[in-house]
Amino acid sequence: MTSSTEMVLDLERRGYTAGFVTDIETDELPPGHSEDNIRFISAKKGEPEWMTEYRLKAYRHWLTLSEPTWAHVDFEPIDYQEIVYYSAPKVKPKLKSLDEVDPELLRTYEKLGIPLREQEMLAGVAVDAVFDSVSVATTFKDKLARMGIIFCPLSEALETHPELVKQYLGSVVPHTDNFYAALNAAVFTEGSFVYIPKGVRCPMELSTYFRINAAKTGQFERTLIIADEGSHVSYLEGCTAPMRDENQLHAAVVELVALDNATIKYSTVQNWYPGDKDGKGGIYNFVTKRGKCAGRNSKISWTQVETGSAITWKYPSCILIGDGSVGEFYSVALSNNCQQADTGTKMIHIGKDTRSTIVSKGISAGRGRQTYRGQVKILKGADNARNHTQCDSLLIGDQCRADTVPYVEVRNATAQLEHEASTSKVSEDQLYYCRQRGISTEDAVSLIVNGFCKEVFRELPMEFAVEAQKLLGLSLEGAVG
Amino acid sequence: MLSIRNLQAGVDGKTILKGLSLEVKPGEVHAIMGPNGSGKSTLSHVLAGRDGYDVTGGEVAFDGKDLLGMDADERARAGVFLAFQYPVEIPGVSNKVFLKAAVNAVRKHRGLDELDAMDFLKLFREKLKLVGMPEALANREVNAGFSGGEKKRNEILQMALLDPKLAILDETDSGLDIDALRSVADGVNALRSPERSMLVITHYQRLLDYIVPDFVHVLVDGRIVRSGGKELALELEERGYDFIREQVKRGQVGA
Repeated sequence: MTSSTEMVLDLERRGYTAGFVTDIETDELPPGHSEDNIRFISAKKGEPEWMTEYRLKAYRHWLTLSEPTWAHVDFEPIDYQEIVYYSAPKVKPKLKSLDEVDPELLRTYEKLGIPLREQEMLAGVAVDAVFDSVSVATTFKDKLARMGIIFCPLSEALETHPELVKQYLGSVVPHTDNFYAALNAAVFTEGSFVYIPKGVRCPMELSTYFRINAAKTGQFERTLIIADEGSHVSYLEGCTAPMRDENQLHAAVVELVALDNATIKYSTVQNWYPGDKDGKGGIYNFVTKRGKCAGRNSKISWTQVETGSAITWKYPSCILIGDGSVGEFYSVALSNNCQQADTGTKMIHIGKDTRSTIVSKGISAGRGRQTYRGQVKILKGADNARNHTQCDSLLIGDQCRADTVPYVEVRNATAQLEHEASTSKVSEDQLYYCRQRGISTEDAVSLIVNGFCKEVFRELPMEFAVEAQKLLGLSLEGAVG
Repeated sequence: MLSIRNLQAGVDGKTILKGLSLEVKPGEVHAIMGPNGSGKSTLSHVLAGRDGYDVTGGEVAFDGKDLLGMDADERARAGVFLAFQYPVEIPGVSNKVFLKAAVNAVRKHRGLDELDAMDFLKLFREKLKLVGMPEALANREVNAGFSGGEKKRNEILQMALLDPKLAILDETDSGLDIDALRSVADGVNALRSPERSMLVITHYQRLLDYIVPDFVHVLVDGRIVRSGGKELALELEERGYDFIREQVKRGQVGA
């Protein structure tokens, strides 16, 4: 009954189902950035002197930078003086159990379908819930602590394990790295810290749900994960946000460090508010994620399912320093309506016998714009380095766009690189065929899209894979009839 | 079961079906034969509800309901099945996943419980045996890399699973060698039942040696110009469509 143009228009008429606002009094800083405000944040969090100095150093450097313009994304200039850099729920977070958590907050999670209690009991997932800028609940901490695993808010780690934070913070993403990373280093307010000791295999998936709430509050998360020799950890990050008119900036930094024979698996499902059908509102997701395979035979694997945000600017990368280290990047990114995504990865091969795999699946619908941007760099000393890159684009409708921008730099003749790319379209014929079998158009699109992404979904932890498939179906619902 | 009255339809402003009428009762197998361009495929797609076809006149009742007022997927759930002349490839989606989605969509419509993975697998294996299809093939992506014969057999497998009231077989014989043809026909014959009607659309008489119809209709220039029993197909084979065209011209047969 519908042509592809109509189906795209229908797709755009769909609302965002996670749009609601929780009313909790916030204790916030007036908008704007200044050295005083940074000192306020640092003092508010009771940070040591060196941390305050680090922030100020980053801030001064940030003032000298300008926003990067090379990405295929368009947006109105951001007024950084309009942003509120600190807001915290007034109910203070030193809570022993979930019973003490603000019930309003718990209801918010329930609406999102992620009741902490259920997660805790049923899934055996330890959840460090970030609500606005302060952690409100950390679970399973004792069990982890007995194994020597540290999993806590970064601010707490600053108090309890300052030497680890000092050693590794900024060691993968220095404060000079880029505009957004510098800003984050200056004003970050919350995030998670994970340390897995030597030889320990973390017995559960570590998970953090982020949720942006207070209006005009930019959220500047900072996550630091260190896997010591021979350890193993899988970390899950998932998020959704309530509906907002103002664009909300999110400039997070994630740093991973894997020492000898350590493995870090980092999975993300991102479903922030993408803006309305005309592109109004929505989150700006400008994130710097990077992992350092510092040790021999270490491995870092990024898996991401990006369905939300108005603009995504994100390149989870691996620096393969240790000989025999492995980097992986599995990505599904969806741009619908006016969403823009410029995402990909960097694989920097420094050590010998290093290997990397990139599998990127981009889906564009509506007037969505999708760019895969990937860099594979083989340095001089990286003998026998190998990379396999596969990037596939799927187009739904005829007003969307997909670009692939691979950069390859090889300085060692023993390197082996493979690059595969494809672009396909969900065709009218495919939809008709499915419908003739009784499958509704919506379900047909979901079926085809999930089929397209299955190589990536396979990499996700089981419960996340189910969630991701649902999310993708939800994001494309109403697409075609 | 199916009642087509004075159906006029076309595509891009060009009229292809020019007043087609046909009655099909439960359990009957009707063959529609016609030369290229006579409107055979248009008929099958108009009945299945493909976008892009304009119905300009006439009506079609299916099971007492107005078929033309329903969307393609509604028609399918109501029991109309089209075995495609050119089955579509859907890369990345396994045949099993696809068919489970289809079977459950149809079951839901009929007020039955959706099948879980285990129950579906049981049904699936049973139907595989019925159409003589190896399970390995069924685990592959929908029609991707299938040979012509495998694609057609896959269509019959789907028909077996969806259990339609009306099956339209659109040139199911095209591109098949004699062994494949026989195997596909065996599958179709196994699915004949007093509750199921079939519309077998074909250019050649050959298929009708294997799927023996109750009635044969000759479609020329968008109209059924002659109807008869299965022997009409043999006559056509012998004398060709030109003979019928001549008869139409001389007014010996009428629409």
